[in-house]
Amino acid sequence: MSTWNDPAGGFLAVSTPDYLPRARLAEIQLQRLRSVVTRAYERVDLFRLRMEERKLTPASIRGLEDLQQLPFTVKNDLRDTYPFGLFASPMEEIVRLHASSGTTGKPIVVAYTREDLQVWQEVIVRTLASCGVHRGDVIQNAYGYGLFTGGLGLHYGGEGLGATVIPISGGNTERQLMVMQDFGVTVICSTPSYFLHLIEASQAMNKPVGVRVGVFGAEPWSESMRQRIQADTGIRAFDIYGLSEIIGPGVGAECQAQAGLHIFEDHFLPEIINPDTGKVLPDGTEGELVLTTLSKQAMPMIRYRTRDVTTLVSEPCSCGRTLRRIRRIERRSDDMFIIRGVNVFPSQVETALLQVEGTLPHYEIVLTRDKGLDQMDVRVEVTPEVFSDKMRSLEAVHRKLGDAIEHVLGIRVSVSLVEPRSIARSEGKAKRVVDKRKL
Amino acid sequence: MEIPQISIFLENRAGGLADVTDVLASNGIDIRALALADMADFGILRLIVDDPDRTRTLLKAAGFTADKTRVLAVEVTDRPGGLASILRLLRGGKVNVEYMYSATPTKSGRAVFIFRFDELDRAIDVLRDAGVAILPSLNAV
Repeated sequence: MSTWNDPAGGFLAVSTPDYLPRARLAEIQLQRLRSVVTRAYERVDLFRLRMEERKLTPASIRGLEDLQQLPFTVKNDLRDTYPFGLFASPMEEIVRLHASSGTTGKPIVVAYTREDLQVWQEVIVRTLASCGVHRGDVIQNAYGYGLFTGGLGLHYGGEGLGATVIPISGGNTERQLMVMQDFGVTVICSTPSYFLHLIEASQAMNKPVGVRVGVFGAEPWSESMRQRIQADTGIRAFDIYGLSEIIGPGVGAECQAQAGLHIFEDHFLPEIINPDTGKVLPDGTEGELVLTTLSKQAMPMIRYRTRDVTTLVSEPCSCGRTLRRIRRIERRSDDMFIIRGVNVFPSQVETALLQVEGTLPHYEIVLTRDKGLDQMDVRVEVTPEVFSDKMRSLEAVHRKLGDAIEHVLGIRVSVSLVEPRSIARSEGKAKRVVDKRKL
Repeated sequence: MEIPQISIFLENRAGGLADVTDVLASNGIDIRALALADMADFGILRLIVDDPDRTRTLLKAAGFTADKTRVLAVEVTDRPGGLASILRLLRGGKVNVEYMYSATPTKSGRAVFIFRFDELDRAIDVLRDAGVAILPSLNAV
């Protein structure tokens, strides 16, 4: 990529697709949609079988609206075909694998060809450009590096933009603050809760935060949290959106208007559906976001149900981008929640509790935010089966529960043993998650 | 030889202990000995009562996790070195004490200690051989 976002403003070559006339964009979308449906049909059993069930072939896609005939893909499809069942490229063409957490403890695996990585880099470059990042900026990338898509995704996008990237990854608050100060950092990429934690630590250590732009994502946060970050630090805080199943970060990003996230529609086709009926809803109506990848090679996704609840906004944006926007995502249509950037389903916690106790005790998950950091407490009622009048046996149960949950989720959370019946019983579906985080 | 003890799981919260004693009081249960072991977040209340089976049923019905365990009630002369003499015996017999606490003295002024052992039978042998008095019950002491 030979273009970058220049601080002086003006024409941002890299962002050209952001400003395409809608009609031209629709042509590109249809051409790419046909191509990706053909690829999925020809190379992935699951997609072909589901289309055959509905007597559909790639030729059935004549216009963009024909997408609605195609079946949905859900997260369970990735689990059922673990690890490589949805790949549409042979391993010789796949140059990168990433993985995210899944309910059974097995992760979900996603793959990229060299071309996929180029597209990914392009959409992150456009993401950063949209947030006002440019060549000459020093980016402290505090997203986790590794299987998680956040770290490497932002990393290559930052380099593609021509900015200076510090691959510091997450954790080690003191070092983060030292680097922020000493390296003249102007842009921070992290989860919003981790940044809040940094702010609080920096005030405690009397080190000013000299950052201009914050690029925040990987967990839900709210407008009031943005206002607080901006007021406390003087930086501008932008929301970005993405998910591993689609590409990672880079699906959508806020612009300088900070009024919704533009979806990079030339690569990802968004729909909003009623989560109960699956029916497509018109723009401006709230529902579940469904995404189709238009250019993915290694792992195309057809009508992937994100479970994120939002609204598609088609009114023009003051920034001039023609891309439709989604409203900030603050809730999901299932019981999944995100803590410290990790997707957690209550069923994962149940798996761990079952392993230790043999039967499923009554439990609830309480989410709080302490000094900007998300905390998760699993409250477990003590059953006669695990109770012992010997303190060390009870402590061993306590520790085993913590270990089993860490094994499944990959993060350490607190476990509280509580008296029987101290967790409220609900009629019908049990409410397992109490989210006390002030978003 | 051994006597039943009721152990109850308690969260560390205000009023937790009172909830248990309310159940006992309203049902006329007499507490003969009591010990509370506490950790940061939870505790175990151990009770010797005049009617352990009924106590356990009542507490379970009230929603507590309660278990019945077997402990030894050992009687010694209430004088300096009384407890030391018992522990010396146990050490000599290589019997590990899981935990212990003291009960109210007998009417005749002798001290009573409650012991929980993993190897209960060995503990009984060691104490018996040394002629230590093991109480069959705390109900009439």
